[in-house]
Amino acid sequence: MTAYVRPRDLAEALALRAEHPDWMVLAGGTDLMVNAIHQKVPAGIVDLWRFAPIGGITVGDGRITIGAGATWTEVERHPAIREKLAPLALAAREIGALQIQARGTVGGNVGTSSPVGDSLPALLALDCELEVASVRGHRRAPYSAWCTGYRTTQLAPDELVIAAHLPLPGANVRTAWRKVGTRRAQSISKVMGAAAIEVDAGVVVSARIGLGAVANRPIRATAVEEAVRGQRLGAQAAEAARAALRASIAPIDDVRSTAAYRLEVAENVVARFFHVS
Amino acid sequence: MKLELEVNGAAAHVEASPWKRLLDVLREDLRLTGTKEGCGEGECGACTVMLDGEAVNSCLVAVGQCHGRKVVTVEGLAAQRAGEAEVLHAVQRALVTCGGAQCGICTPGIAVCAVHVVDSGALHGADDATARAKVRELLAGNICRCTGYQLIVDAVIAAARELEGARS
Ligand SMILES: Cc1cc2nc3c(=O)[nH]c(=O)nc-3n(C[C@H](O)[C@H](O)[C@H](O)COP(=O)(O)OP(=O)(O)OC[C@H]3O[C@@H](n4cnc5c(N)ncnc54)[C@H](O)[C@@H]3O)c2cc1C
Ligand code: FES
Ligand code: FES
Repeated sequence: MTAYVRPRDLAEALALRAEHPDWMVLAGGTDLMVNAIHQKVPAGIVDLWRFAPIGGITVGDGRITIGAGATWTEVERHPAIREKLAPLALAAREIGALQIQARGTVGGNVGTSSPVGDSLPALLALDCELEVASVRGHRRAPYSAWCTGYRTTQLAPDELVIAAHLPLPGANVRTAWRKVGTRRAQSISKVMGAAAIEVDAGVVVSARIGLGAVANRPIRATAVEEAVRGQRLGAQAAEAARAALRASIAPIDDVRSTAAYRLEVAENVVARFFHVS
Repeated sequence: MKLELEVNGAAAHVEASPWKRLLDVLREDLRLTGTKEGCGEGECGACTVMLDGEAVNSCLVAVGQCHGRKVVTVEGLAAQRAGEAEVLHAVQRALVTCGGAQCGICTPGIAVCAVHVVDSGALHGADDATARAKVRELLAGNICRCTGYQLIVDAVIAAARELEGARS
């Protein structure tokens, strides 16, 4: 029989992780419960659904902190996220459909860290730092170093993700987000990207670009980020971005798209981020 | 494990594995077979129920997570007063009158999701074109192989208008 615990507080949750690293950490279940009747029955469940110590969204200290337990519905509706971290709110609105958004959590997207996780390019572009905890203490990890391979992360067997910390972008930073899929709702992305571009008098000062579905994990397009620095926003920066991307990524062929299609779409997505709107 | 949840307004006691899907507990343990299974993968929405007021796919909910929580299924949408015949929710009536159901497999999930959408006021004050676009977006997780959606959208809009009229 599967053991089941709904922890009372963070200390109990972390002690359970340390004692039973093999137990399933279950949040909204929208990744873990897919085809549940055909899956191996877990030895135990640590239930994080509506677990208050990792819930909620707070604004302060020049940043927005999103608890790992926050759902996509909560993220999408939050006024400060919509205003300041638009790529994340836009991504939230296109994750699955209503039922998936009501249950899927930030911690779950980060926990799975699939190359097609929709929030992940936004977390990269918005310079997210994850807060992670275990009985050994709390630590911070930049999301850019979180993924270690195809659906593998830095998370140690005794750790939990507590929150995502996102600095508020300055007034001269433009943000953008774009998902390309077969239809808007409930479709796995073919390519998606997010950008945070700092501009001074029409010239790119710096940029952070996150891309999904073009490699075995979500990636920062660092070659593009370097190529656009000092370029004028518009055709100049867009063409520099396109050339740098073409030379630096090698998407895969799979059932959803060919590599050539993905590369062309990714180039268009990235180039468009630098057009003057 | 011993579970206590509120289903359609009444206390339900169940002895089940916490890993069992809410969908199966509803259908097998509680004999509420209105909730259907389409895909078992969260894609089709046939299994939609309300959990603490949110529309969710019951095939993706481990029942342990429902202990102490409120669940509403299609059987709980109609108003029921002791000694009186039950009164269907405006959404259910509109699905009937507009012809928004054919084989009926998707219908319980559509009804629950649409009641959630209409009762949450998401369509309030929206003009027709905006309301139709919203219904299509908010019901995108409910797949129907029969109707072509047009009559379902008609029904949801009709129900929203009726309830708005009743309120004002
Ligand atoms: C029909 C359908 C459509 C979908 N569409 C999309 C889509 O468009 N875009 C997209 O990005 N995703 C999509 N998903 C995937 C999924 O909804 C998201 O990844 C969601 O954010 C997962 O969150 P969850 O809480 O449900 O995760 P769960 O399934 O509960 O957990 C996922 C993983 O994260 C771990 N985890 C959860 N919380 C924590 C924590 N606090 N600390 C450590 N580990 C943790 C779990 O152990 C598990 O490994 C879809 C899923 C379905 C079924
Ligand atoms: S059966 Fe649950 S979404 Fe299809
Ligand atoms: S009426 Fe048959 S699937 Fe919708």
